Amino acid sequence: MAKHTALYDEHVRLGGRMIDFGGWSLPVQYSGLMEEHLACRESAGLFDVSHMGEVHVEGPDAESFLNDLLTNDVARVAVGQAQYSVMCQDDGGCVDDLIVYRRAQDKFLVVVNASNDIKDFAWMRSVLSRKCYRCTLTHESQNYSQIAIQGPRALEILQKLTKANLSSAKNYWFIESSICGDTPALLARTGYTGEDGFEIYVSWEMGPEVWRSLLEMGRPLGLSPCGLGARDTLRLEMKYPLYGHEISESINPLEAGLGWAVKLSKTGGFIGSSSLTAAKERGLSRTVVGLRMLDRGIPRQDYEVFDASGNERLGVIASGTQSPTLKVGIATALVPIRFSATGTKITVNIRGTKVPAEVVSTPFYKRS
Amino acid sequence: MRFPADCKYTKDHEWLKIDRQVATIGITDHAQSALGDIVYIDLPKVGRELKEHEVFGVVESIKAVSDLYSPAAGRVIEVNSALVADPSQVNRDPHANAWMIKIELKSEPADLMSSTAYEAYVANLK
Repeated sequence: MAKHTALYDEHVRLGGRMIDFGGWSLPVQYSGLMEEHLACRESAGLFDVSHMGEVHVEGPDAESFLNDLLTNDVARVAVGQAQYSVMCQDDGGCVDDLIVYRRAQDKFLVVVNASNDIKDFAWMRSVLSRKCYRCTLTHESQNYSQIAIQGPRALEILQKLTKANLSSAKNYWFIESSICGDTPALLARTGYTGEDGFEIYVSWEMGPEVWRSLLEMGRPLGLSPCGLGARDTLRLEMKYPLYGHEISESINPLEAGLGWAVKLSKTGGFIGSSSLTAAKERGLSRTVVGLRMLDRGIPRQDYEVFDASGNERLGVIASGTQSPTLKVGIATALVPIRFSATGTKITVNIRGTKVPAEVVSTPFYKRS
Repeated sequence: MRFPADCKYTKDHEWLKIDRQVATIGITDHAQSALGDIVYIDLPKVGRELKEHEVFGVVESIKAVSDLYSPAAGRVIEVNSALVADPSQVNRDPHANAWMIKIELKSEPADLMSSTAYEAYVANLK
C-alpha cells in the first residue's frame, strides 16, 4: 500500500493519474506530460515533492560528521546556503545524492531521495557510530511537506505569498521565513528542472494550504501542476542524475560526471575517498554520457548501446525519452571512456534496429 | 471518451471501419488517453501481408511504448504517412485523420466488439 503525501487529495481533485513511486502514491501527470513540461519551461510548474526524505543533523560536530559522510566540502557552505553532494560507500559506489542546507553553524537539513530514505538514514547512523561525534540525527521525513515551484515566473508567483525578499536569495541559497501569512517556511532557490525556482519546506499539515494558494496565485500567470512524468523529462533534459539510473551503488560519482561535487583533497578525506582517489589514478574506464538520436526513434531505459558499426556492445541506456523541448530522442548511458568524446557516433538498438546517435555535450537543454 | 458506432473494436484497443473488403484501422480514444502525449509512430510498408494479431507497428508516448496488433489477416494497401510526421493527431482525435493503415481483408475478422460492447469492456478495466 503506497503512502500518501499531505497533498494526495489535491492531486486526486486535480485529476492526477496516480502511480506508485518509491513507495508513494503520486501523480505521473495531470492534464498531460507535454503541456506540464512546457508550462515549467515557459511559465512555471508546481510539484509535490513531499516524498523526498529529510534528516536533521545537529550538534557541535555536525559539520565534521557531514564532511566525513559526503563527497562535497560542507565547510565551504555558509549559514543560509545549500550544497549538492553525494554519499558514498567505502568502495566509492553511491549510497545516494542529496542536498545539504546549513541552517546554523551546527544545524543542517539533509534532503535525500524518497526511494533511499530508509537506507540512507540507516547508513548515516552507521557512519555516526564509527566515531564519537557530538551530533544527533533525526529522521524528519514524516514532518515535512515539500513543494517545488520552478520556471521563469516561479519567483514572481511565490513572492505574492511571502514577505521574504526572494530576489536576495541567490542560486543554492535559502531564506527561513514564512508563507501564506505566518506559516514557517524554508524557501530554497534550488530545484531539479534547470529553471529558476524554489523548493519550499513547510510542516506536513500546511502542505495543502500552501499548494492551493500557489496554484490560485499562479494560474493566471501560467502555473501548472506537474506530475512525476514532467519532473523526469525536465531533469533529463538537464542531465541531472536520478538514483538507480545515472548513479547507483555500482556507479561511482566520478563515473557519473559528478567530479565537481567530489572534493578528493578535502582534509581527512571522506567515506569512499581512498577508493575514488585510486580509481582516478588508475584512470576511469567508463563514464555516463549524453546521447542524442540522429534518426527517428526514442531511446528507452535498458535498450542496448553499440558502436557506430553496431558490432561492439557498449552498455545500456540509463535514462531515455523524447525531449519535449528539443523534440528529439535524448538519453544517458554508461559507456567505455573511449566512446565518451563529444561527437562520437554510436547506435542504439531500438526493437532490433541499430539507430544512429551521437555523444553530445550536456545539458541537452540550455536556458535562453 | 468517444467510440463511434460505425466502427468495430478489439480487446487490444484498436478500431476498424470495414467497407466491403477494406478495413481502416486506428487506435481508440481509450488507448490514446492511456498512452498520453504520442510522439512517435512506426507503420508498415504498403504491400505487407499481415496475419491476424501480428504486430504491424508501434506507437510511443513520452513515457510508454505500445505495439500495434493487426485485428485481421490481410494485405496493407495504404499507410497514413501524415500521421508519422505528426503523431499528436492521434491524441487530438483518434478517428478523424488519425487512421493508421488500410488493409484488404483476407477473411472476416472474428471477435470484434460493437461500440457499446467496447465501452462496457473499457469500463470494466478500471
